[in-house]
Amino acid sequence: MTPENRSAYWKANLRLLVVLLVIWFLVSYGAGILFAGPLNAVSLGGYPLGFWFAQQGSIYVFLVLIFVYAFRMNQLDKKFDVHED
Amino acid sequence: MDLKILTIIVVGATFALYIGIAIWARAATTGEFYVAGKGVHPVLNGMATAADWMSAASFISMAGLIAFSGFDASAYLMGWTGGYVLLALLLAPYLRKFGKFTVPEFIGDRYYSQTARIVAVVCLIVASVTYVIGQMKGVGVAFSSFLEVPYTWGVVIGMAIVFVYAVLGGMKGITYTQIAQYVVLITAYTIPAVFISLHLTGNPLPQIGLGSEYARDGVASGVPILAKLDQVITDLGFAEYTAQKGSTINIFLLTLSLMIGTAGLPHVIIRFFTVPKVKDARSSAGWALVFIAILYTTAPAVGAMARLNLVDTIQPGEVGSATGNIELTALPTWMLRWEKTGLLKWEDKNSDGRLQYYDDKNAAFAAKAEQWGWKGNELTKVDRDIMVIANPEIAGLPNWVIALVAAGGLAAALSTAAGLLLAISSAISHDLLKGVFMPSISEKAELLAGRIAMAGAILLAGWLGINPPGFAAEVVALAFGLAASSIFPALMMGIFDKRANSMGAIAGMLAGLTFTLVYIFWFKGWFFVPGTNMAPNTPDNWLLGISPEAIGAVGALVNFVVAYVVSHATAPPPEHIQHLVEDIRVPKGAGEATGH
Repeated sequence: MTPENRSAYWKANLRLLVVLLVIWFLVSYGAGILFAGPLNAVSLGGYPLGFWFAQQGSIYVFLVLIFVYAFRMNQLDKKFDVHED
Repeated sequence: MDLKILTIIVVGATFALYIGIAIWARAATTGEFYVAGKGVHPVLNGMATAADWMSAASFISMAGLIAFSGFDASAYLMGWTGGYVLLALLLAPYLRKFGKFTVPEFIGDRYYSQTARIVAVVCLIVASVTYVIGQMKGVGVAFSSFLEVPYTWGVVIGMAIVFVYAVLGGMKGITYTQIAQYVVLITAYTIPAVFISLHLTGNPLPQIGLGSEYARDGVASGVPILAKLDQVITDLGFAEYTAQKGSTINIFLLTLSLMIGTAGLPHVIIRFFTVPKVKDARSSAGWALVFIAILYTTAPAVGAMARLNLVDTIQPGEVGSATGNIELTALPTWMLRWEKTGLLKWEDKNSDGRLQYYDDKNAAFAAKAEQWGWKGNELTKVDRDIMVIANPEIAGLPNWVIALVAAGGLAAALSTAAGLLLAISSAISHDLLKGVFMPSISEKAELLAGRIAMAGAILLAGWLGINPPGFAAEVVALAFGLAASSIFPALMMGIFDKRANSMGAIAGMLAGLTFTLVYIFWFKGWFFVPGTNMAPNTPDNWLLGISPEAIGAVGALVNFVVAYVVSHATAPPPEHIQHLVEDIRVPKGAGEATGH
């Protein structure tokens, strides 16, 4: 593979990482900790929203993030022809 | 049937299963001993990783911690799950592509330095041994309570069982055993939770039940269960369950330390070497988190509902009325049983024949309570570790559920201990012996050395479990702090910064490790020896209000900064290392599943 192709693949990977890690930060440290107090004024079913993010929601979002990452990376592998088989 | 006999039968049956699997999957080659032949399906690998990861702390301690600290315990829930995002995105696929057996091996090769490899081995052994001690303690307590033998014998029995299946089976045996252990532990955790949720809210799913209306025995109340809990505990002077109590910076950094520590713990990372492809390493972290999340999203419900049940038991009537509290003669049998263990204690301070449970440190409420004739909180000790084990009894579930919970707790502790021991033995036999001191050692001799190292580690951990240097919680904090401040930054820089060189990595690891260790010892005593601490372990003495448990995140930052500055001030790494980094960044050309 050409150096240009290699660096384009790596840049696409880093862009994906940044987007996913920003979401990772916003749900856990943002909604679950820094803004949990104000969010608690809103309720989700019987949960105060900030409390829900801290003890339930962030965990579900983490799961989605990993599977989105795996799916998008497999697409990138194919696009840049760096997949294993 | 008698509870003791039933427990022995259930625990005995699960153990026969684990040992049977270990013997069936006996390791033949060094490759199989360390990484299960690299041929484990990602879903099964995820399940084994989940059992490996969830220790006695997750199974027994966490829900109790949540029950008594409410919102603030979120740091543990998010910290111990969010680390998998870091692991999946930043480490797992690249380390799998690199295709070696151990974490120090990667560090040694990437930083072209035996010194870096030895520093990594030291970090790994210290972090893993401290973590194993906590597991041996858990095993000792569990065995001694249901077999009714002294604690020391409980630890010895646990050591013997770990020895049989970890030493004989190696990684292949451990992987398949851990899959069985996951099934046992998750069943044991969720069954009581489902029944309790059904009983208190009418909804069988604890995750939904915790957000539902409080409806004990099907009687609607019109109030959500969390609002009900906030109300009953604030009525007794306690802080609101769903509101934050500790300082924001401390909760923030504790969460971050636990996340980075999770991603840097070698016994977890090593699991991602066992999948067939780079592609599988990415999804396997996701599958691990699926199986972990089943327990971690159930735990908040277990904690909150246990707290509510506890308060309702003691304060069935109106707060402050003469007959609002339970009479001592009417206490439920589970309370009497746990009183015998010394983990639950009460004292009738005002001699009214009834039990009062309230926050007597809340001055305004204590003054009000005094007018009712209350003379201090009478529930003088509730060890939070009993909450999960006592839960089925509190909910009035049959004896076989109680027996299953005992088997589940043991499965959690033993699976984690086995994974940690494997990481330790491979660091000694593969990294120190074969990698540094005896490069010409044969495969057979290396396998033997690995087994001897594992047996030695079991003896050391067992001995320390009988003579613990401090409380389990302190030891666990040290393990996470160490992994966060030493191993994770070196791995991440090795992949994402081509310019990172051996000088930078070694300086960074040593700086992060030293900073974290000194900060912990400063407040907890040198090597945890009581009385040797330099300052009292209280918030006003902490640097910026950061507790020793949360300092690992700062240690990691120190490591990153030092490694970056030193690397860029010295010569870049040699050409072939820069090629190595470029190579691990693309999946193509990853090694075969059983190539070693």
